[in-house]
Amino acid sequence: MAQEMHIVLKNRDKINPLDINDYLAAGGYQSLVKARGMAQEEVIEEVKNSGLRGRGGAGFNTGLKWSFSYNIKSDEKYVICNADEGEPGTYKDRIIFESDPHIVLEGMAICGHAIGSKKGYIYCRGEYPQVVDLLKKAISQAKEKGVLGDFDIEVRMGAGAYVCGEESALIESILGQRGEPRFKPPFPPVSGLNWKPSIVNNVETFANIPAIIHKGAQWFTGIGAKSYPGTKLLSLTGDVKNRVCIEVPTDTTIRDVIFHFGGGMRNNGQFKAVQIGGTSGGFIPESLLDTPIDFDSMRKIGATLGTGAVFVMDQSRDIVDVVTRISKFFEHESCGKCNPCREGVFRCHEIMKKINKGLATEEDLEKIQLLCLVMEQTCLCGCGQAAPSPILTTLKHFQEEYEQKLLPA
Amino acid sequence: MVTVTINGQQYQVPEDVTILEACRMNNIDLPTFCYDDDLKLAGSCRMCVVESPGRPLLIAACVTPVFDGLTIETESPAVIRARKTILELLIARHKMECHVCEKNGDCRLQDYCYRYGVAESRFTDGGMLHFPIEDPNPFIERDYDKCIMCTRCVRACEEITVAQAIGVKDRGHHAQISTAFNGKLEDSPCVFCGQCVMVCPVGALTSKVSAAYHGRPSDVDKRVLTTCSYCGTGCTLELNVKDNKVVGVTSNRDENFSPVNKGALCVKGRFGWDFINSSDRLTTPLIKENGEFRPASWEEALNFAAQGLKKIKEEKGADSIAVFTSARITNEENYLAQKLARAALGTNNVDHCARL
Ligand SMILES: Cc1cc2nc3c(=O)[nH]c(=O)nc-3n(C[C@H](O)[C@H](O)[C@H](O)COP(=O)(O)O)c2cc1C
Ligand code: SF4
Ligand code: SF4
Ligand code: SF4
Ligand code: FES
Repeated sequence: MAQEMHIVLKNRDKINPLDINDYLAAGGYQSLVKARGMAQEEVIEEVKNSGLRGRGGAGFNTGLKWSFSYNIKSDEKYVICNADEGEPGTYKDRIIFESDPHIVLEGMAICGHAIGSKKGYIYCRGEYPQVVDLLKKAISQAKEKGVLGDFDIEVRMGAGAYVCGEESALIESILGQRGEPRFKPPFPPVSGLNWKPSIVNNVETFANIPAIIHKGAQWFTGIGAKSYPGTKLLSLTGDVKNRVCIEVPTDTTIRDVIFHFGGGMRNNGQFKAVQIGGTSGGFIPESLLDTPIDFDSMRKIGATLGTGAVFVMDQSRDIVDVVTRISKFFEHESCGKCNPCREGVFRCHEIMKKINKGLATEEDLEKIQLLCLVMEQTCLCGCGQAAPSPILTTLKHFQEEYEQKLLPA
Repeated sequence: MVTVTINGQQYQVPEDVTILEACRMNNIDLPTFCYDDDLKLAGSCRMCVVESPGRPLLIAACVTPVFDGLTIETESPAVIRARKTILELLIARHKMECHVCEKNGDCRLQDYCYRYGVAESRFTDGGMLHFPIEDPNPFIERDYDKCIMCTRCVRACEEITVAQAIGVKDRGHHAQISTAFNGKLEDSPCVFCGQCVMVCPVGALTSKVSAAYHGRPSDVDKRVLTTCSYCGTGCTLELNVKDNKVVGVTSNRDENFSPVNKGALCVKGRFGWDFINSSDRLTTPLIKENGEFRPASWEEALNFAAQGLKKIKEEKGADSIAVFTSARITNEENYLAQKLARAALGTNNVDHCARL
């Protein structure tokens, strides 16, 4: 039977997160020492060869991303940890920080050495004030001990905008501007904070770095799925027995996640659907549960791994109602910069409400589908591009639930 | 130079241009709302999207650089579908009052709806949105029920005028152009230059001075390119003439026609022209006699002034006269004025209002 595997959470419940001595005693900051003894290119090669791909949703090769910033000459470069964790149902970054904040600081400092940056920022979700306090304590302990050397880390707090988790909107937000995404290119590794090379990585991505430097790329590539090696933290919610955060190798199947680690359905319910990756993830029916959770396998079935949120629904759930609520989320969170998203999420929500109330016709289904396809193709950032996914995937897998709610022809 | 393929035809273009620029160089027209030659890129309206085979997403041409081997279609079915849908979304929130709109005939939204045959919107669930705003200033009509949120006004205000009077408030479909704390323009750093009006592609921002149905910019008889008479800067502007009357001022943004200001004006040049047809306007010199003004010819008036000055000079000396000139005249005229003071009147008491 599949087992959890702890790389990121190796110190969970074993050390006191508020005491750096615990982390040091567990071998903490040794990887940073080792990395600093290596040439910058060597560190980047190691991370690249490990095949580690971003855990924030986009799945880009982390070492490759770092090499873009490394290759640019600049007086300033920045390392930014994306701890906005705005995707509903996702709480794994909080668990990482609350279990072991230093593992992330160490990962950031290694990145700083690799690309040639002396300044790091952690952009923390505004709803996590306790995490901000914890991080500030951890940083000051690390400074006191001198383990970070001349690498400085500052914590910035978000203010509740989902889109500020998007890397360029996050950068604008750090700068005190409106939290709106920038068009790309240029991408942040080339031109980010203050228009200088900036690496934005997810909390979990950074937390993988110390182990990769310690044990080597080869060790890492041997874990989980070939094209997306390592482990993935998953946050389980919904009608599943164990609503917990787990860390499993990436070749684990969705079925194992729900029925083994999740302990199956709550209250002896019957499985109906699971949405993985957060609100913008696709809905997955029973027939696809044997898909492994890795990035590419998920993509192949038209779903996403995203942040690793796993939202389980049993037969008592009304899919159209759930999707209507999700569309309200996007209506609320669109930043309003680009036309198709600003107007599109609003109209999507209105049409979904109409369908949900039983007032829609076949024409409305066609209309919303058209709107969703255009949004996917034309929106400026990942928010508007992914917002249609719950609608489109449920129209595909649960069409009869929509049909049942239509006005009689 | 790099080779790009646009609509099946190969072109050589410089390697540092955007797809939009490459298209324009080759006379391929792409619709744009947010793009403006003189402003920072926004990439937000998504009207300029093009398709590149093999790519799942459409590409915004105005913000995407070309590269060697790039292949795009500018009017493929997917592109047209996207543009039509965006237009439908925009007109669903647009106060369609073209028949009384100052921008009728010169409006991008109209033009593109016509180009793509978009008569009405299917995306009307949720109804019209309203963005009411009270702004009793005498110059600029702000009607955000017609705004398409291209943010060109915001960028023009920040980048051309450097006033930063307006920005975007709220988010999603509540987003709206606004001054700080949604106040009146008058209470903001606005200097009423009207650059925002100049760049607005639709009828959301129009001139209150030209309005009142006297002749919208698109149906005037002629536009007379001339130089603003308010100051020595020499900005070029266009007098909009209808039935032999000036009914408005617009500006020409082409450097070749407007070398000094590239279309930018100040409040006086853009909005201060209604005196031209005023019945209070002086059309002949006046001489005051017994406390009353009477009309006079130029010759009589000039002689009268000369006599007066001569008399003062004889009785009190030349230095009892001072010459004070106006910033409304040119450097050359200012030169002549000081020449008159020193050589004809014999005084060095010369000054100019711009020195204050
Ligand atoms: C709307 C939106 C919200 C996002 N929110 C988050 C977030 O909360 N946390 C995160 O790490 N990445 C988020 N991302 C992804 C980031 O843009 C970026 O890809 C990521 O931080 C890169 O880190 P990684 O390579 O380590 O995954 C979001 C993206 C979008 C489009
Ligand atoms: S897709 Fe939505 S969130 Fe992203 S830039 Fe456009 S309006 Fe903003
Ligand atoms: S009139 Fe000039 S200063 Fe005022 S908002 Fe418009 S551009 Fe800005
Ligand atoms: S007022 Fe005009 S220029 Fe400003 S955002 Fe609206 S449509 Fe664009
Ligand atoms: S013109 Fe290109 S996005 Fe607006």
